[in-house]
Amino acid sequence: MSKTEDPAVETDGPAPGPDAQTAPRADERTASDRLSTAPKDDREDTAPAPASFGIVGWARWFWRQLTSMRVALILLFMLSIASIPGSLVPQRSVDQTKVDDFFKAHETLAPLYDKVQLFDVYSSVWFSAIYILLFISLIGCIVPRTWQFVGQLRSRPPGAPGRLTRMPAYTTWRTDSSPEEVRTLALAMLKKKRFRAHVDSTAVTAEKGYLREAGNLIFHIALIVLLLAFATGQLFKSEGGKLITEGSGFSNTLTQYDDFKSGSLFDKDNDLEPFSFHLDNFVGTYERTGPQRGTPRIYEAHITYSEGADGKPKKGVIEVNTPLTVGGSKVHLIGHGYSPTLTIRDGRGKVVFQGPAPLLPTDSNVTSTGAIKVMDGYRDKDGKRTQLGFTAVFVPTFGGAGKGSMFSKYPGLDYPALALTGYHGSLGVDAGLPQNVYQLDTRKMTQFKKPDGSPFAKMLLPGETMTLPDGAGSVTFEKDIKEWATFQVSQQPGNMWALAGAIAAILGLAASLFIQRRRIWVRAVRSDDGTTLVEMAGLGRSESNRLPEELAALAETLHTQAPTTATPPPAEESPVEGARA
Amino acid sequence: MILAAAAVTETNENLAQISNVLIYSAMAVYTLAFLAHIAEWTFGSRSKVGRTAAALTRPAAAPAVTVRSKGSTAVLDKPKVVTRAAAGTRDAEDGEGAAGGTEKGDLYGRIAISLTVLAFLVAAGGVATRALSVQRAPWGNMYEFSITFSTVAVGIYLALLPTKMNVRWIGLPLVTTVLLDLGIATKWLYTDSDQLVPALDSYWLWIHVSTAIFCGAVFYVGAVGTIGYLLRDRYEVRAELGETADVFKAHLATLPKSNAFVMAVRAARVPLRRVMDSSISRLPSAATLDKFSYRINAGVFPLWTFTIVAGAIWAGDAWGRFWGWDPKEVWSFVTWIAYACYLHARATAGWKGRKAAYLALFAFATWIWNYYGVNIFLSGKHSYAGV
Ligand code: HEM
Repeated sequence: MSKTEDPAVETDGPAPGPDAQTAPRADERTASDRLSTAPKDDREDTAPAPASFGIVGWARWFWRQLTSMRVALILLFMLSIASIPGSLVPQRSVDQTKVDDFFKAHETLAPLYDKVQLFDVYSSVWFSAIYILLFISLIGCIVPRTWQFVGQLRSRPPGAPGRLTRMPAYTTWRTDSSPEEVRTLALAMLKKKRFRAHVDSTAVTAEKGYLREAGNLIFHIALIVLLLAFATGQLFKSEGGKLITEGSGFSNTLTQYDDFKSGSLFDKDNDLEPFSFHLDNFVGTYERTGPQRGTPRIYEAHITYSEGADGKPKKGVIEVNTPLTVGGSKVHLIGHGYSPTLTIRDGRGKVVFQGPAPLLPTDSNVTSTGAIKVMDGYRDKDGKRTQLGFTAVFVPTFGGAGKGSMFSKYPGLDYPALALTGYHGSLGVDAGLPQNVYQLDTRKMTQFKKPDGSPFAKMLLPGETMTLPDGAGSVTFEKDIKEWATFQVSQQPGNMWALAGAIAAILGLAASLFIQRRRIWVRAVRSDDGTTLVEMAGLGRSESNRLPEELAALAETLHTQAPTTATPPPAEESPVEGARA
Repeated sequence: MILAAAAVTETNENLAQISNVLIYSAMAVYTLAFLAHIAEWTFGSRSKVGRTAAALTRPAAAPAVTVRSKGSTAVLDKPKVVTRAAAGTRDAEDGEGAAGGTEKGDLYGRIAISLTVLAFLVAAGGVATRALSVQRAPWGNMYEFSITFSTVAVGIYLALLPTKMNVRWIGLPLVTTVLLDLGIATKWLYTDSDQLVPALDSYWLWIHVSTAIFCGAVFYVGAVGTIGYLLRDRYEVRAELGETADVFKAHLATLPKSNAFVMAVRAARVPLRRVMDSSISRLPSAATLDKFSYRINAGVFPLWTFTIVAGAIWAGDAWGRFWGWDPKEVWSFVTWIAYACYLHARATAGWKGRKAAYLALFAFATWIWNYYGVNIFLSGKHSYAGV
């Protein structure tokens, strides 16, 4: 975006144009030339669309618009507005069940929303369009700016403007030192202060603060790195969930997951990190007293894990904020609940089911529900093969005494109870359709009935056994109630790049915002009375209080070396025209 | 059920009680500071400057920066640096401050600031005892955020007072909103001091939440500056056009007569305009205010960026994903982009000035919404509001 139509910089001689209003402006603009690499929007604002440029002309015009600050600004604003609906409308990527609820609650609105992708805002066409345009604009902006900046680093800053008095900070005095001496002193001083400085006919030109521009470019490039890191992360990531009851384990292969999703470039057969772990013990404690009674205090999953296909077993603890890291995979503790252990015997007394049955919590006191299914091996008292199913409600601390309902009043195992309703018939699993293991499909089942015909359901305390009607067998609620935990195993390459990008962005931003790019000029010319007129002026990339202070400090240093002359000044025509004198 | 964990420590009820007493005491002292500020502004309005709504472009007398003298060197005449406003900007002078140069006003202003310092210390004590009562960072729920937030905002103001940034005028609006914030906190957001909602138990709480509150408080001070800028800018434009309250009155008189209500409203507008003009004339110049809010907002923007990055890292540890477009995350993103937009606007011709200021206010509005709105109205993983 190097502009060549800027008027040539006047280094000396009479100032341009006498127009008092516009001259300081023009002067300042000339003097601040190449002080930044920001696109000169004033000009693009007024650049008319080409009338008859043909395709190339239009393309060039479009490109120039797209890479202008103004369009970047509009795209940024659109991006911030466009991300808002995703916080107000439930998102599929965040919570599918909420989306389903929304569909049920708003029958006419939901399909409309769906059509405009309001349930998938962040992968929607319109959201993507905005950020893709923004990033094209960003690249289209950065590349020329970088070249321009390299050019600025390789060339010298432009010489002093005609009238230094028109710069935002200015000072002057007369000295007996010769102009050459003053310039040499000034050059040495400015170089010592790490300005890039050179002598340009009567004046020393110096510039400092290039790190601002560098920081700004680094920041914008880091944004691209971040985006690329996220994009690769999305393509190659995998994320799976698994529920594990105390005493059982998991090895990281696809078939073992309860649910699994992965990016489109993830290789399910080869990319899963080989490792396995076993849940030895789950510890959950809860606030006992006070208004926050029942709030969880400690959750720890004590595990034994081994890396690789058959690594040495190691002990570990996974907590909410401390996942287990194995290679590039992380294992997070996500949820927990209870698995009451049941022993179910059939009509002939044979054990047909024995073990923990995980149930899903429905409230914060872990009132849990679920289904227990006996698929094979069950025969009724007549020896006929059939299947059994139970819907179960479990409470760790029974709170429904006298009310006849099952609810828990505390999430710890203070007074566990289990209510079962039994069915017999066909579980419907043979149809080959996937079935929710926590729900019972009772369409082909018959509920056990009491002799009086009312439904047979019973609440059990640990150790108790209920006998099913008609000699259909028995169910024992064992004392050994186990806990389960759900884990999320995730793999997301690109995180290191994202982190590096983020750090570079913050550092670049800080440099860009806190470093001031500025120019200082020192002009020394012989005046008519034989003394030397020293003029110093400063101009910053943006207005800053620090610039006059810096100029004052520099002036003071130079002044001690080239002090004010004792010769009385000639009849003065003030050089400080138009300034705050 | 979503998991979380925290250490089991007892709540020290005594300290918690002391904290509550301190917060209420701070509110009482802030109220006194508020009254003192009102007195300051009132006396200021009786000053000459206040009455005549100062001419705008007085030629300035002193150079902005004077080179410091080095004692007894035989220097005849030291070079003085003169400054001028950037090309194209108005050359208006800063107003005289709330007290309008009156001694009485200034006295009340000083009393107000002393009271604010006292209230700040008491409130900071309230936050500290709250933290001590549970042996953790005092940022576990919205009540705690709110009391910390206002304390930090006042702290920033007090820290800026001795600097060259002309911020004394912020006292009144700040104390007013601090009272509002504490009122809301104690009345609606109050939560008994207790252990953390477990997902918050991480050292990231210290890093992420403290910077978030700090950034919010700084953004808030910046937003007050922006509002001041918008008021002052309009005032300067009007003053340049010579539209004083008297002109305004004359203008109203030219309007056709209407019903009694409209006439009464019209009649009230002139004294209102006088009071506004008198107050605004005492603010710093629009250029100063604009620069102030830019420096504040730009200064804290990198920290806000860091806050979001830190939050993402924490989310990666706690929930197994860095970014999930949870409502809180969405609104942090919106706030970040909105401030980036503001910074771009400042660097874009045709967007500097008022338009950029509106963007800054929009950005701050998104921050406030993220703080109150998202916590109260939207549900997500960040459900620790305790309300
Ligand atoms: C992903 C979107 C973008 C973000 C988040 C962003 C953010 C920022 C921020 C925070 C600044 C402030 C730093 C400063 O004032 O020095 C800045 C400055 C700047 N940005 Fe961007 N930007 C984005 C896209 C763009 C695009 C597309 C362009 C090209 C037109 C651009 C050009 C600039 C320029 C020229 C500056 C320097 C302004 C100055 O020197 O004051 N940015 N950007």
